[in-house]
Amino acid sequence: MPTTTRSAGGIAFQIANHAFLAIAAALCLFPVLHIVAVSFSGAGPAAANAVVLWPVEFTVSSYASLFSRAPFLDAFGVSAVRVAIGVALNTALTLLMGYPLSKTRREFPGRNLYMWLLVFVMLFNAGLVPNYLLIKSLGLIDSMWALVLPSAVPIFNVILVMNFMKMLPREIEEAAFMDGASYWVCWRTLILPLSKPVIATIVLFSFVMHWNAWYDGLIYMNDNGKYPLQTYLYTVIQDRDVATIEQANDSATVNGVTLKAAQIFLAMIPILFLYPFLQKYFTKGIVLGAVKG
Amino acid sequence: MRGAKLGKTWQLHGMMLPGVALVLVFMYLPLPGIVLAFKDFIPSRGIFGSEWVGLETFEYMMYLPDSLQVFWNTLKIAFLKIVFNFPVPILVAVLLNEVRKAAFKRTVQTMIYLPHFLSWVILSGIFIDLFSQTGIVNQALGWFGAKPIFFMGDPGHFIRMLVATDVWKNFGYSTIIYLAAITGIDESLYESAVIDGANRFKQVLHITLPSLGPIILLVLTLSLGGILDAGFDQVFNMYNPLVWSTADIIDTYVYRLAIVDANYSLGTAIGLLKSVVGFILIVTSYLLARKYSDYTIF
Repeated sequence: MPTTTRSAGGIAFQIANHAFLAIAAALCLFPVLHIVAVSFSGAGPAAANAVVLWPVEFTVSSYASLFSRAPFLDAFGVSAVRVAIGVALNTALTLLMGYPLSKTRREFPGRNLYMWLLVFVMLFNAGLVPNYLLIKSLGLIDSMWALVLPSAVPIFNVILVMNFMKMLPREIEEAAFMDGASYWVCWRTLILPLSKPVIATIVLFSFVMHWNAWYDGLIYMNDNGKYPLQTYLYTVIQDRDVATIEQANDSATVNGVTLKAAQIFLAMIPILFLYPFLQKYFTKGIVLGAVKG
Repeated sequence: MRGAKLGKTWQLHGMMLPGVALVLVFMYLPLPGIVLAFKDFIPSRGIFGSEWVGLETFEYMMYLPDSLQVFWNTLKIAFLKIVFNFPVPILVAVLLNEVRKAAFKRTVQTMIYLPHFLSWVILSGIFIDLFSQTGIVNQALGWFGAKPIFFMGDPGHFIRMLVATDVWKNFGYSTIIYLAAITGIDESLYESAVIDGANRFKQVLHITLPSLGPIILLVLTLSLGGILDAGFDQVFNMYNPLVWSTADIIDTYVYRLAIVDANYSLGTAIGLLKSVVGFILIVTSYLLARKYSDYTIF
């Protein structure tokens, strides 16, 4: 840290700077706090847009109502299964592929061919229609596999892992090779334990990706009951979910607005819990993986 | 030692196998489907049974009044986003670096990263309400005597909403890369500047910002590759028919043509055009970045 000059101007700047950053941070948090406040408010104030950051006519009835109806819980369940399968698959494949690709071409002939194969499809996409027709002809419409298999290899994450593993010192492997260890054994016993920061990063990234995905659910699921949470929320927010609105009208403390807010908040919770814990890892992961080559 | 290893590279190929197989099936197998752009697709006949029509679909696309408008909208929105997305994180990173209390700095960072991790589905649900004509923002404007603004339904305001909310969502996360670059600046530069009598502001002006030069250039160069990506997720979740004239972008247009109207050939053609132009732009910006800032991804 550079030294400070304790002038009056310096102090004034420090105060202004802290205030500015605090406001910027508050702006980022505002929508979350607002939606929490609305979700705990009564139907009347919520509908009249009278809730800002604190619940008006506090009630938990929108949550009670949510947990007693199927569509939200079903969608939450679909998303939970999707994240479990998707993250496991993404992480395993990414770690497996990052290791060989972190080798030099001399050590792993064919490395560059694989690299081009991956980078090309990262840059060039067949587009919506051919992808849709493929999923359809594979018979994966309405199947969980349509949501996890097309994104099974997150190429950006593979590159992150590759760059991370490239930076591990060669010596640790060489001693093991002397003792007759195979690549497979090295990967499992030496490389993976040293890769915790990048593993935390890619787990977070693929968790966020799968949790937040909504578009594939919209086009690949014909059966609304199989919508993942964000796809279901999309229909709620765009007021295309007739059931929620009709059911909501027969209650005095719950309406479409408070229900919507409660569902939005519940959909945020996994993210709100996960990312602050992994923050120290992904800052490092992004910088190492994206800037250094 | 190398001789002993050569026989073992099959293990490395083995590690690549599952991932590569999935990439081939789900990313390469759709590529032949691109021929739909050159065919008159009739679903009952399948992709290969449908008749070839050459460039007819592309000609038809040129005559559609929407196509040009949509292309123009895409460029405009993407360009505005690049222009406004780029200075804010630099400013915030420099200001954050001036904060001495580590706990305050960490707290601010955690909070400004948050929006990046929330989906546009969720955020649109919040913004559409906040910025509605009777929403909180318009109520607040009312206290100052302003008339309610139709943020989400007026084509001009809507574009500004798109840009502003996009900057809001991403500025915090984008500071990461600049903060890391600032951390890497040689301490002795600041020390000698202090000896020369430079105050904090002059240190920022003459040391911090110039040191960030290369990374700023890199980010700008690479962002040009995304000039055809105006943000499908955001637009699709936030827009409505009232603002289609200015907010309909290539990706949302393709969705409506292909999925809603089932016009597969036209959807493929427009998607293909976007992919080809996008590919050229990304490769060009990448080559520029590699040439001028030694940037490589693999």
